[in-house]
Formats: sequence, C-alpha cells, structure tokens
Amino acid sequence: MKSRLSGNEAVAYAMKQVNPDVMGAFPITPSTEIAEYFAAYVANGEVNTEFVTVESEHSSMSVCIAAQAAGARSVCATSSCGLALMYELLYVAASCRLPITLACVNRALSGPININHDYSDSMGARDSGWIQIYAENNQEAYDNFIMAIPIGEAPEVRLPVMTCMDGFITSHAVENIELLDTGVVRQFVGEYSPQHYLLKKENPLAVGPYDISAYYMEHKVQEAEAMKAAKARILEVAKEFEKISGRRYGLFEEYRMEDADLALVIMGSSAGTGKTAVDKLREAGIKAGLVKIRVFRPFPGEELAQTLAGTRAVAVMDKSEGFSANGGPLFAETRSALYDLKQRPYLINIVYGLGGRDIKVEDFEQVFKRLASIAESGDIHPVYSHMGHRTKGAIA
Amino acid sequence: MATTGIVEFRWHGRGGQGAKTACLLLAEAAGLQGKFVQGFPEYGPERMGAPITAYNRISDQRCNIHSNIYNPDYVIVVDETLLGSVDVTGGLKKDGAVIINTPSSPQEMRARLNGWGGKICTIDARRIAEQYLGSNLPNTPMLAAAVKVSGVLQIEPFFANIEASFKHKFAARPRLIEGNMATLKKSMEEVQIG
Repeated sequence: MKSRLSGNEAVAYAMKQVNPDVMGAFPITPSTEIAEYFAAYVANGEVNTEFVTVESEHSSMSVCIAAQAAGARSVCATSSCGLALMYELLYVAASCRLPITLACVNRALSGPININHDYSDSMGARDSGWIQIYAENNQEAYDNFIMAIPIGEAPEVRLPVMTCMDGFITSHAVENIELLDTGVVRQFVGEYSPQHYLLKKENPLAVGPYDISAYYMEHKVQEAEAMKAAKARILEVAKEFEKISGRRYGLFEEYRMEDADLALVIMGSSAGTGKTAVDKLREAGIKAGLVKIRVFRPFPGEELAQTLAGTRAVAVMDKSEGFSANGGPLFAETRSALYDLKQRPYLINIVYGLGGRDIKVEDFEQVFKRLASIAESGDIHPVYSHMGHRTKGAIA
Repeated sequence: MATTGIVEFRWHGRGGQGAKTACLLLAEAAGLQGKFVQGFPEYGPERMGAPITAYNRISDQRCNIHSNIYNPDYVIVVDETLLGSVDVTGGLKKDGAVIINTPSSPQEMRARLNGWGGKICTIDARRIAEQYLGSNLPNTPMLAAAVKVSGVLQIEPFFANIEASFKHKFAARPRLIEGNMATLKKSMEEVQIG
C-alpha cells in the first residue's frame, strides 16, 4: 500500500502490524510520537499489547526485560538522554539474551541540551551487546523494525535489536512510503516462542542472577559468538524480506561503488544527500561512490574492506564525536577493518552534523574535492577533522 | 543546483499558527496526486509565537536529499510580523515567488523585502480565516495560496483530496469541514499575484 508517513508514524505502524505482547512506554523528544501513536492503537483496540506507562526510561527498559524474560515479545522507543538512562539495562537485556526490539530515534546527548540529530546516543551504546541497524529514511525505518524481530529472536542470535533513525530529519519528515499488508507482516515475524523463559512450567529458570568468575566469561564469549552469528541471520532475514517487499537490504549499501576511486563511508539520512553529490560528480566524470553502513553492530568489517579495497581515497563521515582524540566511532571501525588489506586506500575522518548541524550536497562535493587531492598527493593531514562549524573569529 | 526537477517550498510562521500542519497537508495532497514528497519542520526550542520554518520538496522522482532548503522556489510567510526579524527572501530563486499573509498589496510589500526584485504575492489570510472559520487560523488560506501560485498541483483533485482529509480529521465537527473548504476556495480567488 502506498502512503505518506513520517518516520515516527511509520515505526508506530510497524509496531501495530507486529502487535507485540508488551510495550514499555516513556516519552522523550523526538521519539515521543511513536508511543503516542501506539497508545491510540491500544485505545482503539487495534492491538492487544500490554501498554505499560512508567516514570522513566530505566523503568521502560526494565518492563521490556521482565516481559521478555517471561516469554513475551516486547518493544520500546526512546531517544538521547532516554537511551542514556537505559544504559545499565541495555547490558542486562543483551546479556540475558532477550531479543527486545527498541526504536531509537537518534538525538544528540546533553550537554549542552539539544533536541536535534546526531548519533551520540546510540554510539554510546555500541558496546552494550545490542544489534544496531540504521535507516536512511522512513521506508528503511519501517522495514528495519519489521526485520529486527526475526533477526533478534533467531535461536543462534537471541540478542536485542536497536533500529535507529535520524531524529527530526527522518522521524518528523513526511515522505512517500510503501506499507506491507498486516497479514504479511504478522506471518513474517511469526509467534515468539523462546526455548527458555521464566514462566515455563516444565523448566522454570532464574534470570539475571549473580554470575561468578567461574561462569561470567563463558557467558560473555557466548554473547560475542551470538553477535558474530547475527551477521548471517541479518542477511538471511533480508533475503526473506525481499520476497515480501521487493526491497533489497544488505549489511551496507554500495552506491555507485563498482569502479569508484573516491568514496564516502556514512550512515543515516545524510547518505541520501551524499548520493546526490555522487551523482553530480559522476556526471562530471569523477568516479565517486558511497557506502552507507546499515548494520553497525555487528560491524561488517571484512565485507567493508573488500568493498573499499579498490578505491584510492575514502572519507569516513562520523555524525558523533566520541572524544577519543583519534577520530569518531565509525572511523575507528573502518580503519581497523582496512588493516588486513594488502593495498589500502588513503583514509580520513570527518566529524559533521553534531546537534543537528545541517549538511548539504555542496558540503559533500567539498569532501570529494579533498579526496581527489589526497588521491593525487597522498597527503592525508589532518586525518581527523570537523566540518560545518564556525571558527572563533566567525562567531565573534 | 542539485534540485533540478524538484519544486521546493519554505514556510515561515510562528509556533501555533499551523505552518507545519499546512506543510504536511501540502505533502499529503501532492502525494495523493502521485508525486514524491517531503514535508518537514525545522525545530528549535518549541514555544508558541517563536519563529518556525518548515519545508516541502515535490518531485516526480524520489528525492534522496535530506538537507534543509536554501534556494526555494516559493517562500510562504504565514505571519507578516516576521518580516522585521527573518530574511524571508534569503536564497529565494530569482524566478520564484514570496507569498505573504497581509492585507497590503504586493506593491506595498516590496519596500519591506530587502530589495527582493522577483514576484510578490499577497493574501489577507487573517480576514478570510476569521470570516469562514471564525478565528485567526491563517494556515489553510496560505496552503491554498501556495497551491495556486506554484501551480504544482491540479486544483480539482486537490480540493477533493483535502476535503476527504478534513472529513476524516473533523469527523466530529462538520462545521469545520465546510469552513475550511470555503476558506480554501475563497483564498484561491483572492490571492494577488504582483
């Protein structure tokens, strides 16, 4: 069905089609609308979800953990400081191997307080054991949420999944979208039937007890193995999803990369803007390309290295800082992934768009101009820099 | 520009006047006519009366660009009092148009537009809204003016689609459906193109 929805409406609609058992709900801009729309579905009797309103995100994630441990399929939505308040529980959800699905509407973390988009919230949670899948637009946000469920619940994975979309840019923008039939979605996600759960009378179990040193590491290794296994599962689910939707997804999207000399590695909505810059450069005879990272956890390092192996110069675009003094999180992953290549492209890192600072087609053209010069000269300094900010002089 | 083939609108209003709603209605109406659309607000601190900006892109192909709009084809000024503080014609394409909610004529407005030499359209949205809706809700008249001046949509299907949308939205208040439809039609007649 063709429609026009904002990213938040699209994800709320996906949740309605999934009809989860439990939603832990607490509002925070810009994700608030998801819980609002969903509350209307509950009130109208369009879903039979147990909608649990709580007093904080710490509690909304606790509700999801308890419900999922009891054998119920649970969902949640949050942003920014809300995700930060969940941090302790994010690790609990992942280590208890509870495949909760969380819609993360990315927003800058305080401080200074800001409601606009960057990835500082979900990047802070990148080591929590959650699968992370990022969307470029409303369509991908919708599709990713539906795919998240059979990914996370697969027996070889059993990990929670965070589906991320750009706050405001995607969450509050109305665009065209293709929706699936509810019956098709229900069949695609199936029933949640975990092997073990709290209330299974044949084999009741304790969830989340103290783990002594004699066992803790085994559990962590299993969790790491599950994250590795998630990669194949994500591709398998994408293949199934293509059958019902006609839309094709991978670990990342390669845009005009076949013969690209110069490339961007980027995430989210700005990838769309970057694609337009690539098109313009291609018209001018420049072999530009773009890789949009869709799955950040597990990180598709080997696959990305293969894709970038033929390029001459690459800019990794980070929309969160990280304060490592050595580049942003996407850069760290990408540079590490390229280490095993015999012949590597020149690699730089540009941090942009913090707190909703806009990035335009022309900005990407400047980045490609710099890459062209690096490909010629080999001079990559400064390796790590910021873009789109004013200098002290300009502000004064 | 990278925006060839895309018609771009920039809305300037104040929080509470419905500029964002009008922007989203334009996206919906264009989508129902088979167009690819974007309708999105730019948020700052949200409060009643503060200046807000919203944007539309309307095209025949899906538009991947997700930046704000810096060189619009049309600018819609929902509140005349913004002229003193916001450079509303900034970046407006030379062959584009600015559409202002004011009782003044296009000629009278020119002096207040920082040397803007292009097309100026005016509409007394407040008077029309007060007459047909009973209160100062300028967004419906401004939506009509934007559709009329841009010519980006077919008018009759636009009326039919919007009426269906109002019927859904105001199911419990049928008076508002008639009022809004009368407002749209009257506004299309009244907008002055200077």
